[in-house]
Amino acid sequence: MIRQTRTIAFYTLLEALRNRLMWLVALVALTGIGLSGFLAEIAITESRQIQIALLAAFLRFSAVFLLATFVVTSMVREFNDKGLELVLALPLPRAGYLLGKLAGFAALALVPALLFGLLTLFFTPPTQASLWTLSHIGELWIVAAFSLLCVLTLNQVMASLSAVMFFYLLARAITAIQLIGKDPLSESTLSQKVINFIIEAIATLLPRLDDFARTEWLVYHNGDWAALPPLLAQTAIYLALLTGAALFDLYRKNL
Amino acid sequence: MRERPISTVPKPALLLLALGLGLQIAWHSSQPPRLAKAENLPPPPSLSALRLASLGEPTALAKALMLHLQAFDSQPGIHLPFSNLDYDRVQEWLTRILELDPPGQYPLLAASRIYGEVSDEPRQRQMLDFIYQKFLDDPNHRWPWLAHVAVIAKHRLKDLTLAQKYARAIRLYATGSEVPFWAKQMEIFILEDMDELESAKVLIGGLLASGKISDAHEIHFLEKRLREIEAKAR
Repeated sequence: MIRQTRTIAFYTLLEALRNRLMWLVALVALTGIGLSGFLAEIAITESRQIQIALLAAFLRFSAVFLLATFVVTSMVREFNDKGLELVLALPLPRAGYLLGKLAGFAALALVPALLFGLLTLFFTPPTQASLWTLSHIGELWIVAAFSLLCVLTLNQVMASLSAVMFFYLLARAITAIQLIGKDPLSESTLSQKVINFIIEAIATLLPRLDDFARTEWLVYHNGDWAALPPLLAQTAIYLALLTGAALFDLYRKNL
Repeated sequence: MRERPISTVPKPALLLLALGLGLQIAWHSSQPPRLAKAENLPPPPSLSALRLASLGEPTALAKALMLHLQAFDSQPGIHLPFSNLDYDRVQEWLTRILELDPPGQYPLLAASRIYGEVSDEPRQRQMLDFIYQKFLDDPNHRWPWLAHVAVIAKHRLKDLTLAQKYARAIRLYATGSEVPFWAKQMEIFILEDMDELESAKVLIGGLLASGKISDAHEIHFLEKRLREIEAKAR
């Protein structure tokens, strides 16, 4: 199964590389540099910090958007072309197909993450850039796996992309939402307690993506290697959860 | 896939495209140019709302907000007098940006060297007091701004007591090893009989020598300010 999985991963990556995705990634990088450079020119002080902060935020979100869009559209195209049925008609377990796809998307995620990470090197020390890049890879892998799960479940571009974007924004904002809920000035009514309980329950199921690829590491150089193991552990745990959910869905599919 | 020649496109479609483009250009040209209005500065959102809106990127949002605030008084092609600004609002924004990104120094630079240098004494005092309050939150990193406003208090406001209060605060609270000796001795320097230009030269020279200022834009900005003080002194 490993050989077949590797083949699927290779062709998934090849499809992406032949899909002008690299041009898009390069265009995003150039736009980010231009835009952040322009804004840094307006600044009276901290111009370098402003440039790297805005550049990193822009690159990070763009990488997530590009990857999610590619995963969803490429899978939907495969469904429409009956490619999934064709592959599954071969002596290949469904798990092999899914893991191959996932590995291909994970390899693809390395391209924008490494390129954007290299860009940050112009503004920040290598240790901070490495920390940012490695955790950004983890974030992209989670997004790729979630996109795959969504597209397998929802089968449609619009619905899947919306779900991925909602998940991503919620996972990034959940800490702020929790803090708002715990505001000591807010009334401790029953409805407030119920809402807080729901927020806590949602937060339990979400990865805290705001901990990944923190812009302040690049701006204030305060990143520590000790921050990386928990992020890698979170990535591994969430990938296991998402892969499990995707396999559950795929095996139940009546093809 | 090779595309078919333009001649295959029906004429009405080409006409519609040209018409649409022409109308858009005409529409855009007929619109009055948008000008920044200082009185339009809205109250800042709450810290919770900003944290939520930042989507886990408070540092990036704080930097962007600072540029947004700056755009209310200096925009390309126009210069709005600071007297048009609602200083209570400005202070609220600066406070919020600092809360969002505490290590950031930009709000303090703006308060001390931009908003604090207006020729309106109550507003100037408001910004000076703002710097003083924020200095107390993190004295070892924010002392350069208090040092600057101590000079402003002495030379612009002619309020030696206030200048001494600020200089004394640097000595008492900015006790970290990264704070240069001359800054800790600011009180003596305030009491000396120096004019504004000399004081500014000592302060800016000291900051440059201590490596506290390395940003090319800031150095350029300070040099410009020095030249302005020099021209005024002549």
